[in-house]
Amino acid sequence: VPVDILLNVAVGGVLTGLVYGLMALGLSVIFGVVRVVNFAHGEMMTMAMYIALTLFAAFHLDPLVMLVPIALAMFAFGYLLQAGVINSFITRPEHSQFLLLIAIAIIIVNALLILFGPDAQNVQVAYAFDSYQLGPLIVDATKLYAGVAAITVAGALFVFFRYTEVGTAIRACADNYTGALVVGLDVKRFYALTFGLGAACVGAAGTILLLLFDVTPTVGPAYTLLAFIIVITGGMGSMPGALLGGMLVGLTEAVAGLLFTPSAKSMFSFAILVLVLLFRPQGILGKKAT
Amino acid sequence: MIAHLTDGVSRRALALLGVLFAILVLLPMIAGDYVLTVLTLILYFAYLGQAWNIMLGFAGQLSLGHALYVGLGAYTAAALYVHFGIGPWLSLLLAVPLAAAAGASIGFLAFRFRVAGVYFAILTIAVAEFARVGFDHLTWTGASAGLFLPVAQYVHNDLWNLRGHPLMFYYVLLAATVLAFIGCRALLLSRAGYFWLAIREDEEAARAAGIDTFRYKMMAVMISAGMTSFGGVIYAFYYNNLFPEQVFNISQSILIILGPFVGGVGTLFGPIVGALVLEAIAEGMRTLLAGLGIDLPGTNQLFFGIVLLLVVVALPEGVWPWFARRFGLAERKS
Repeated sequence: VPVDILLNVAVGGVLTGLVYGLMALGLSVIFGVVRVVNFAHGEMMTMAMYIALTLFAAFHLDPLVMLVPIALAMFAFGYLLQAGVINSFITRPEHSQFLLLIAIAIIIVNALLILFGPDAQNVQVAYAFDSYQLGPLIVDATKLYAGVAAITVAGALFVFFRYTEVGTAIRACADNYTGALVVGLDVKRFYALTFGLGAACVGAAGTILLLLFDVTPTVGPAYTLLAFIIVITGGMGSMPGALLGGMLVGLTEAVAGLLFTPSAKSMFSFAILVLVLLFRPQGILGKKAT
Repeated sequence: MIAHLTDGVSRRALALLGVLFAILVLLPMIAGDYVLTVLTLILYFAYLGQAWNIMLGFAGQLSLGHALYVGLGAYTAAALYVHFGIGPWLSLLLAVPLAAAAGASIGFLAFRFRVAGVYFAILTIAVAEFARVGFDHLTWTGASAGLFLPVAQYVHNDLWNLRGHPLMFYYVLLAATVLAFIGCRALLLSRAGYFWLAIREDEEAARAAGIDTFRYKMMAVMISAGMTSFGGVIYAFYYNNLFPEQVFNISQSILIILGPFVGGVGTLFGPIVGALVLEAIAEGMRTLLAGLGIDLPGTNQLFFGIVLLLVVVALPEGVWPWFARRFGLAERKS
């Protein structure tokens, strides 16, 4: 394989990986704070993809333009889900929460199936075949925009958690549940906010990803798994780790798809997971459990 | 030994168990083809649920990748039959150790490095997915185009080669479910069983008490995987076709664990009751929707999801513990 092709594919993979990273970031935020494993994560992303798809089909609205409104809608969905159902499950055993989210995932998948049918669908934006040339590099416009959008959203989230009062309060809930209660924080409300933020993240990721991939109602579980692999690879609870893990997985998939057969590319993400669990169980940027 | 197994079980529970068994043995005589198919499915999931329950219910290790062991069992038996004409019971000699070895490798990876809880669950899904993609490219077993067992009209049931009427599969699965039930009861009463419960409740404390937690967790995953592979063998010979996309799919793993979850994790009746309840819901829904003339793909599954949600919210411990308390069947505390 010529080096320039390999390089082009690698760059494309990293840009796609940033969107994966944003998706995983949502999972990481939810798990890091609420301590609930969102097994409906990929399904929630498919939901956002279908919202973007419908808006594009009906009003010809570019997914990138609709990024913020869709993220807001997903925020509301996540907030209500946590406030309405999941909050009453946080003291239940892990497997009980898991079953709840599996039920939610089944409902989402099949509601989408009823509404949109089983066929793969995508959007054709005007710039779908544009590309930028940088020396020997040729970068697809869609991938470039996708990568930039993903980094922007992730950056905004980072700033929110770091510098705003609400973000600080959420981190306090994550660090010390009892402590947060003692100083008078309404922990359940912050949990709902956090789940909303995680949902907004995955919603934004889904909207962006629609520029790159087809969507079918049943694709959710695969993305859920991918998000987990990325979060574990990058380090549970580390925001830069999620993005780094996403880029790594995106890069691996792209290069493996080029060198081997595309249908076997996901095997390489699983291989990364096994290697990480073997040699660095806390993840690349994760802190060792104390 | 048998007297030991029934220690502490209430008379009512034993009587119920006897009646249930009698019903299951006699039911096929009056049941039509449809009911028989549904019953076979219930037993299939009751058996697999029982096998899976050893991991989460007894030893506290959440596996979400049991489709891996079903698939390994199914593919081993089918490939040996198609390529070499070796019957399913003989291939168990290969299928069971193979599945147990796969379980042991996952366990080795996870338990040595203290990969636990969610991480362990993800690892099990990932390995199952790895196998799915792998088998999709393995031409010896037909790759993604599928592996097919020769089908013909069988005048006589050939139990040795598992070729014949669905009724035969029903009784084979009934026997397997009963044996699994008794086996699990025996396991729970064994030394390992008590160690498992200790690990499930508090692993640190178990280790502090001198239990070799690594060894006993490995034991749980290997027994569970080996048992599960037998379900796969039956799957292969019952359906006569295998596709990696179906057998190794995450949704298969989820179907296996829904039974014990709904029925009651860690209880012996849970997997059986759960399989029964879920299948009843699914079939009831199908009949209802057909009656209403609704024929949209996904409707059935949608309602299934909603009912599942309601069950989880209303009965956090599962159906069986609630039922047992309600009707005085709970095990006596010794």
